[in-house]
Amino acid sequence: MISSKSSSTFRFVDRISKAEPWEDRLLRMILWPAGVLAGTVSLAIVLVITIEAGPGLGEIGVVRLLADPSWHPANGRFNLLPIIVDTVLVAALATSLAAAAGILSAIFCTSFAPRMLATCFTRMIELLAGIPSVVFGLWGMTVLVPAVAALAPPGPSLLAATLVLTLMILPTVTLVATSSLSRVPASLLIGGKALGLSAWSIATKIALPAARRGIATGVVLALGRALGETMAVLMVSGNIVQIPGSLFDPIRTLPATIALEIPYAEGLHRASLFVCALVLMAIVLTTVCFIELFQPESARD
Amino acid sequence: MMGRAVPAQRRCRGLALSVGVFLAALIAPAVRADDKLLLTGSSTVAPLAAEIAKRYESLHPGVRVDVQMGGSARGVTDIRHGLADIGMVSRALKADEADLTAYTIAFDGVTMIVNKVNPITTLTEEQIVAIYTGKIREWSAVGPGKGQIVIENKAEGRSTLELFLDHFKLSSPEIKADVVVGDNEEALKFVSVSPNALGYVSIGGAVYAADSGVPIKALPLDGVEPTIEAVATRKFPILRELNLVLARPPEGRVKDFINYAQSGEVYDLVKELFYVPIR
Amino acid sequence: MISGLRPGRLPHPGTVLVWSVPLAICAVFAWMLGDILLHGLDHLSFSFLIEEPRKSGRAGGIGPILVATCLIVTICLTVSLPISLGAAVLLSEFLRHADRSGRAIRISLDMLAGIPSIVFGIVGNAVFCRFFGFGYSIMAGGLTLACMVLPVLIRTTEQAIGDVPEAYRLGAVALGFSKLRTIRRILIPIAAPSILVGALLAVGRSFAETAALLFTSGYVDRMPSSLGDPGRALSIHILDLAMNIPGGDAAAYGSALVLIGLLFFINGAIQCITLVWRRTAGLTAAI
Repeated sequence: MISSKSSSTFRFVDRISKAEPWEDRLLRMILWPAGVLAGTVSLAIVLVITIEAGPGLGEIGVVRLLADPSWHPANGRFNLLPIIVDTVLVAALATSLAAAAGILSAIFCTSFAPRMLATCFTRMIELLAGIPSVVFGLWGMTVLVPAVAALAPPGPSLLAATLVLTLMILPTVTLVATSSLSRVPASLLIGGKALGLSAWSIATKIALPAARRGIATGVVLALGRALGETMAVLMVSGNIVQIPGSLFDPIRTLPATIALEIPYAEGLHRASLFVCALVLMAIVLTTVCFIELFQPESARD
Repeated sequence: MMGRAVPAQRRCRGLALSVGVFLAALIAPAVRADDKLLLTGSSTVAPLAAEIAKRYESLHPGVRVDVQMGGSARGVTDIRHGLADIGMVSRALKADEADLTAYTIAFDGVTMIVNKVNPITTLTEEQIVAIYTGKIREWSAVGPGKGQIVIENKAEGRSTLELFLDHFKLSSPEIKADVVVGDNEEALKFVSVSPNALGYVSIGGAVYAADSGVPIKALPLDGVEPTIEAVATRKFPILRELNLVLARPPEGRVKDFINYAQSGEVYDLVKELFYVPIR
Repeated sequence: MISGLRPGRLPHPGTVLVWSVPLAICAVFAWMLGDILLHGLDHLSFSFLIEEPRKSGRAGGIGPILVATCLIVTICLTVSLPISLGAAVLLSEFLRHADRSGRAIRISLDMLAGIPSIVFGIVGNAVFCRFFGFGYSIMAGGLTLACMVLPVLIRTTEQAIGDVPEAYRLGAVALGFSKLRTIRRILIPIAAPSILVGALLAVGRSFAETAALLFTSGYVDRMPSSLGDPGRALSIHILDLAMNIPGGDAAAYGSALVLIGLLFFINGAIQCITLVWRRTAGLTAAI
C-alpha cells in the first residue's frame, strides 16, 4: 500500500539534525505568512459582511427570517427559508450531476480514450472553464429555457438552473479528477491488468479509490462554485421565491437574490441582503466542515 | 555560512527591490489630483452618462469623467457620503431624498410587451391587474390567444417595478408572477423566446427591439400607442425620468458637466439609446 | 485498440457510460459554441480588436477592454501564484494533515470557494477601493480576483505536491538536500503538470468573472494608462452589451468569441511554457 509520508520523513530529519539550514529557516518565514494570509481572507470577508448585516439581524431577528409570510423586503417581509432551500437544492443536484459526469469524463481521459482524443477533450474542458457566466446565462436563456418550456411552462426552472450550473462546474471536477487519476502509481494499474481485470474494473475499483482525495477536493471546489454562482442562475432559474413542487417550477437562490436586489436596496433591505450572504457562508461552512471531518484522509501521515 | 550574504541571497534581495520599484511606478500615476469627476449609480442611466462623459472629455482635454455602475441606491449613498461627485438614478426622487436635487437628462416610459406570435392587440388596465394578481390565467380569457399566461415581473426595488405598481395601484406581495427578471434587456429577451409571456419594459428598448426584428410587440395602454413620440409629448400613461442627482449645490466642474448633459448638444446621444431628450 | 470493447460481444455498460458522457458534453459545448459563432462571427474583424468602443460598444472595437482584461488577469496571477504556492507548500510539507492550523486553513479556503462573486465585488469595493484607497481601478480588480482564485490554486497545488512519491523525498534527504532545495528542484517540477491544472482553472475563472469586477475595476471603457486607472473587463463588456444596451447582442457575441479565442491562446501558452521548463529542468514529459 503506497502512501506518501512526506511530512513524517521531514519531521524525522528535523529530529535527528542539529541545525536547520538557513534556507529552510527563510522558507519557513516566508511560507507561514503566505498560509496565514490565505487563511484569513475569508475571515476578513465574513467580518465585512457581518458589519453590514448587523442591523438586519438585529432589527429583523432570526425568527422572522424563517417565519415571515413571504420575501417582500420593500413591504417589510423577510422570509428567507424558501430561498435557502432552493439554493441548497440546486447546488446539491448540480454538484451530484457534475461529480458523476466529471469522474466519468476523467476515467474516459485516463483509461479509455486514445491519447489524441483525450488531449482534445481536455483542451475543450479547459475552454469551458473560462466561459463567462453571462455567456452561459445567455445561451441558457435563449436556447435551453425555450426547450424546457416546450416540455412544461414557464421554462426558467429548477431543471434549467441545474443543467446550466452543472455545465459550469463540470470543468473543475473533470480537470482535477483527471489530474488525480493520472497520478495514481502505474504499479497499481499494472497489477490490476495482471489480474485480468477489465478497463472499467481497474478504473472504478483501483484507480478511483486511490485518487479519491484529489477527486474529493475537486468536488468540494465545484460545490463551492455551485452555491455561489450568480449570473447564470439568475438568468435561467426564474427567480420566484417558492419551494419548487416539481423540476419545472421556477426557484430563487441566495446569490441571485443579492444580485437582483442590491443595486436598488437601501437601509433594512440592504442589510437583509447581507444577511443572505451570511447565511450562504454558513451553509458553505457547514458543508465543508462536514466533508473535512467526515473524510479521515489517513492516507497521509 | 552565516553572516555573509551568499550570492543567491543578494540576487533575491535585488530582485525584490526592483519588482517593488516597478510596481510603485505603475501605480503612482493614479495618485494625481486631476480634474476628475466620478459618477455612480443606476445601470440604466450609466450607458447614456458614459457616452455624454466621453463627448465632454473630447471637448475638455485633461478632464476625466468616470462613470461607474452600482445601482440607483448606491448612487444616492455615494453622493451623500462624498464618495462620488454625481449620482445617477433611473427614477424621480423619493420623499426621504428631499436633501438632494435632481437634474433630468432623459425621459422614458414603461409599456407592456408580448411575443409577436401572440394574436392579442390590447389589454385594459383591469385585465392587466387581474392577470398580475393571478385571477386570470389563460390568454383565452382576454383575447384570441391560447395557452397559459407566463407572467414576467421585475425584481424588488427596480424603478420600472415601482412605476408599474404605482400606476396599477398594486403592492408587491399581491403579484403572482412566473418569472422575475432584472434588466430591461433580460425582460425583452425572455418575452421574445416565450410565445405565451407577458411583461413590461422601458419603451425605448421595446421600440428598438421591435424595429430591429426581435419578435416582440408592445401593447397600447389606455388607447395610447407605445411610441417614442407618445413619451415626448407626455401622452403615454406611465412615464419615468433618468436623473443626475447632487447632494450639494452644483459648482465648478460639476456644474459645467450637468449643464452640458442637459443641453441640446447631447440630444443625439439620448436618442441613440432610444430615450427621449428633455427638449 | 479501444479498451473496453470486446469483439463479438455487447459492450460493457461501464464502457458505454464512459464514452457517452464525454460525447454528450462535447455535443453541448458544440451547441453553445455554434450558437455564439452564429451570432457573433459577423461582427469580428481586425479593427474590432484594436479600436475603441463607440455608440456604447455597438460600433467600434474592444481594444482598451482587451488591454484592461489582460492587465487585470496578470495582476491576479502575479499576486495569487506566489501566495498560493507558498501556502500549498506549507500545507503539504510543513504541516501534518490533522494539524489544527492546517485544517483551519483548508476549511477557510473551501469556504472562500463558496462565496458568491457579487459578495466578492462588494467586499472588494469596500476593502480595496475604499479602505486601501485604490478607487475603482485595475489594481483593485486584480487583487479581488486574486482572492477569488486562491482556493482553487492552493488546494490543487497542495494535492499535486503531496502526491509526489515518497521515494523522491527519501532520496533527497539521503543526499543531504535542505527542504528548500528538495521542494524547488524536485517536488515542484514533478508536480508541475498538476499545479498547471490549478493555474489554468484560475485563468479561466479570471476571464469568466463578472460581478466581482463590476464593483472593483469598474465600467469605464477608456484605455487605461496605469494600474490605478479604472478599466472594463471583457466579461463586463459582454454583460453590458447583452443586458443593458438595446441592440448590443451582435457585439456581445463577437466579444464572447474573442474571449474564447484569447483563453485558448493563453491556455496553450501556459502549457507550452511549462513543457519547455520541465524539459530544461531535466524531466521528460513521461513523468
